[in-house]
Amino acid sequence: MAGQRINWFKYAAPQRFYPLAGAAVPWFAALAVLLTIAGLAIGLVIAPTDYKQGDSYRIIFVHVPSAWMSMVLYVAMAFWAAIGLIFNARLASMLAMAIAPTGALMTFVALWSGALWGKPTWGTWWVWDARLTSELILFFLYIGVLSLHAAIDDPRRADRATALLSIVGVVNVPIIYFSVQWWNTLHQGASVTVTQGTSMATSMLTGMLVMALAFWMYCFAVVLARVRIIILERERGSAWTRAHLPATAEAA
Amino acid sequence: MIAPYWSSWSDFLAMGGYGLYVWGSFGVTALVMAGEMLSLRLRRRALADEVDEENPS
Repeated sequence: MAGQRINWFKYAAPQRFYPLAGAAVPWFAALAVLLTIAGLAIGLVIAPTDYKQGDSYRIIFVHVPSAWMSMVLYVAMAFWAAIGLIFNARLASMLAMAIAPTGALMTFVALWSGALWGKPTWGTWWVWDARLTSELILFFLYIGVLSLHAAIDDPRRADRATALLSIVGVVNVPIIYFSVQWWNTLHQGASVTVTQGTSMATSMLTGMLVMALAFWMYCFAVVLARVRIIILERERGSAWTRAHLPATAEAA
Repeated sequence: MIAPYWSSWSDFLAMGGYGLYVWGSFGVTALVMAGEMLSLRLRRRALADEVDEENPS
């Protein structure tokens, strides 16, 4: 066969994954910064004022990306937790726990920006409608996952218990996504769908997609940075971590 | 003039009267992200300090 295949499974070892993640973080961080600058320039300067909502619609440039990430990260967390549970893979479980805090924060940002958007457009910060309520449940699921993991002393036992909760909670994600179709909600329907394309002006759509990409890159950078710390925390007994651990060795 | 839609900086900051809502969303998002990165830095430092205490050289 031509060339040498890379054996990706070798990166399932925390010791091997640690430097790989470390090399990737600055690239994701740099992309996040560049895309954020571009996205804000498009969203706040180039995109026109909405004829219906005025400039309040510009909240979309943080609201939609954070809401998307809140769901994507939940699925990613449950996926890696399941892999960790089924194949008894430590790194996968660590990855799941590295994703959880960022997912919780993205959910918070989606709820917060949603409240600030709801007030001027609906006249209320909050309603118990299907979309908002299921997103709030997502926030509680993240909090539940984090608390459950923190409550169990043995990390591998904590991983298994947390994985079960994460996997069960996945049913909430399609409920959030389809809530605006299944129920009569105050929340507007999707502005961008796979089947029907978009209902937005090009510059608005571009700004939103660039910001969504920026959020993706930010999440990759933060999650990989966090999984490195988790690896060190959990593998601190083994010899290889010694080189990374003294306070003087590495500042970040 | 910053763009066709903004006649001045104060106009830009006012966001057509929705400044509080728009900047409240963007500001809190930025704060959350800055806080997350700071907490990672502190967690890394705390771990290094702990390990240093466990293994006095």
